[in-house]
Amino acid sequence: MTVRSSGTHPIHIEQDVVLARQMARKLATECGMRLIDLTKLVTAVSELARNTMVYGGGGDMDWQILDDNARTGLRLTFRDEGPGIADVKLAMTDGWTSGNGLGLGLTGAKRLVEEFELETAPGKGTRVTITRWT
Amino acid sequence: MAALQTSTLDAMKTNQTQLLAEWTNGLEASGAARNLKEQDLRQQTSQFLQLIVSGLERGNGQNVAAPGWDEIRLFLEKLSHSRALLGQDSHQTASFIFALKGPLFALLQNHYQDNPALLAEQLWEVSELLDALGMHTIRTFQKSREAVIKRQQEELLELSTPVVKLWDGVLALPMIGTLDSQRTQVVMESLLQRIVDTGSEIAIIDITGVPTVDTLVAQHLLKTVTAIRLMGADCIISGVRPQIAQTIVHLGLDLQGVVTKANLADALKLALTRLGLTVSKAD
Amino acid sequence: MERIPILQMGDFLLVTIQVDMHDQLALTLQDDLSERICKTSARGVLIDISAMDMVDSFIGRMIGTLSGLSKIMDAQTVLVGMQPAVAITLVELGLTLPGVSTALNVESGMKLLQERVREQ
Repeated sequence: MTVRSSGTHPIHIEQDVVLARQMARKLATECGMRLIDLTKLVTAVSELARNTMVYGGGGDMDWQILDDNARTGLRLTFRDEGPGIADVKLAMTDGWTSGNGLGLGLTGAKRLVEEFELETAPGKGTRVTITRWT
Repeated sequence: MAALQTSTLDAMKTNQTQLLAEWTNGLEASGAARNLKEQDLRQQTSQFLQLIVSGLERGNGQNVAAPGWDEIRLFLEKLSHSRALLGQDSHQTASFIFALKGPLFALLQNHYQDNPALLAEQLWEVSELLDALGMHTIRTFQKSREAVIKRQQEELLELSTPVVKLWDGVLALPMIGTLDSQRTQVVMESLLQRIVDTGSEIAIIDITGVPTVDTLVAQHLLKTVTAIRLMGADCIISGVRPQIAQTIVHLGLDLQGVVTKANLADALKLALTRLGLTVSKAD
Repeated sequence: MERIPILQMGDFLLVTIQVDMHDQLALTLQDDLSERICKTSARGVLIDISAMDMVDSFIGRMIGTLSGLSKIMDAQTVLVGMQPAVAITLVELGLTLPGVSTALNVESGMKLLQERVREQ
C-alpha cells in the first residue's frame, strides 16, 4: 500500500467545516469513488470536522490518498488538542449527548465509513481516523 | 559500480538499433507481438529502451519505485493498460520486457569478453533492473484487469434487476435469485434514482423470485424502504411467501408499517387505489 | 450576513437551499423562517433540498426543529427533493426525521401542503 498524495487542512472556524467537506468531496472524486460512497464519506467528514471545532477547540484534518493493488482509498484524520473524551464507550453509544449535540456524531460517522479508529484520553486531545475505499 | 555501468550504458547506446532489431524479432517469434500493429511495437520497444538508457544515465539505481524512474513506470502502466484492453494476458505483457534480456546479455558478453567478473556483475545488475520493471508491469496489468472485472460486475448487477414502470407513478422492482449484500445495495440505489427520475410515488419491490432472506438482506430491504419514504415516496413489498414471512418473524424484524402483499397483482391494485385510480371494464 | 431567501406564495412559504450551508447559516434560516411564519401567518412551508448533495446531522436536526416549530405556529412543513444518496446516508446515520413530511418534488409537495391545510 502506498500513499499517492497527502495534505492537511486546518479546522478552526465554522467556514473551515464547509471547506473540509468540499476538500473531502474533491479528493473522493479524484479517487473515483461512487456517488453514494462519496456522499457517506463527505457526511462523515462534516460530522467529525464539526466535532473537532466545537468540542476539540479547533484542530486539523490530515488526508491521504492510498493506493492498494486494485483499489484506491481516502484516509482522513481529525485531530485536536482539546479535552479529549472521558468515557469512550459512552461516546460510542447511540444517543449520547455532550453539549448540544444529538450524540450521533461519532457512532453515525462510524457507520458511514469502512475503517474507523478513535484515539483519545482526558486532557490528551482526540484523534479520529476514517477510511473509505473504492 | 556506477563507473562500470557507464561503459554498459555506452554499449547499449551505441548498439541501440541492433538491440531493438533482435528484441523485436524475439518478440515476434514468441508470438508476444500477435494482434499488435508493427509500428506500434516498434514505437514501444524504442521508447522503452530510450527510457532505460536515460533512466540509467541519470544515475538511478534498481529501486524502480523511486521518482527517477517515474517516466518509465508511467510508460509501462500505459502499456499494460493498452494490452489488457486488447485482451492480452499478463504473460505476453511481461514477455515484452524479459525478451530484452537475451539481446542485452549477448551484447554485454561481447563487450566484456575480457573481463568475466565484470561481465557477471553487469549481467546481474541488468537482470535485476529488468526483473523489477517486469514485476511492476505485471502488478499494473493485474490492477487494470481487476478494475475491468469490477466494472463489468457492476454493470451486470444493474442489468439483471431492471426497474419496471407499471403505471404512471408506479415502479416495480422484481428481484430474482439469491440476494447478496452488494447486489442488494446496487439494485436499491438504482431503484431510488429511478423514483427521482420518474417522479413515481409508489415503488413495489417484488421478492417472489427470492428463495431466502437473511438478516442482512432484510436489513437492506428495510433501509431501502426507509430511504424511499424519506425521499417522499412509498413502498409496497410483494411476493412475501410463507417461508420468508416466518424468517422475518423469527429474526424479530420490525417491518415498520410497510405494507406487504402476497403477489405483485395485489400490490399493483393497492398502488392504483392509493393513486385514486380504478380499473373498470369497457363496454 | 448572507441569508437564504424565503419566497412567499400565497399562504405558503418556499425555501430553496442551494448553497453548502455552514452551521450559522442553517441557524439563521431557522430563525428567519420562524419569524416569517409568524409575521405572515403562513399555513405551510415548503423546503426544497433538491440541490443539496449532502445533509448531515446538524442540518437534519435543524429541519426537524423547524418542522416542530412550524406546527406550533399552525403551519405544516414539507421537505422535498431529497437526493437518493442523501436519503441512503441519512438512513445509515440513523436520522429518519420523524414528524417531517416529505414529497418527491415541489409540485407534489405543494399538493400535499394544500391537502394538509384543508384537513386542518
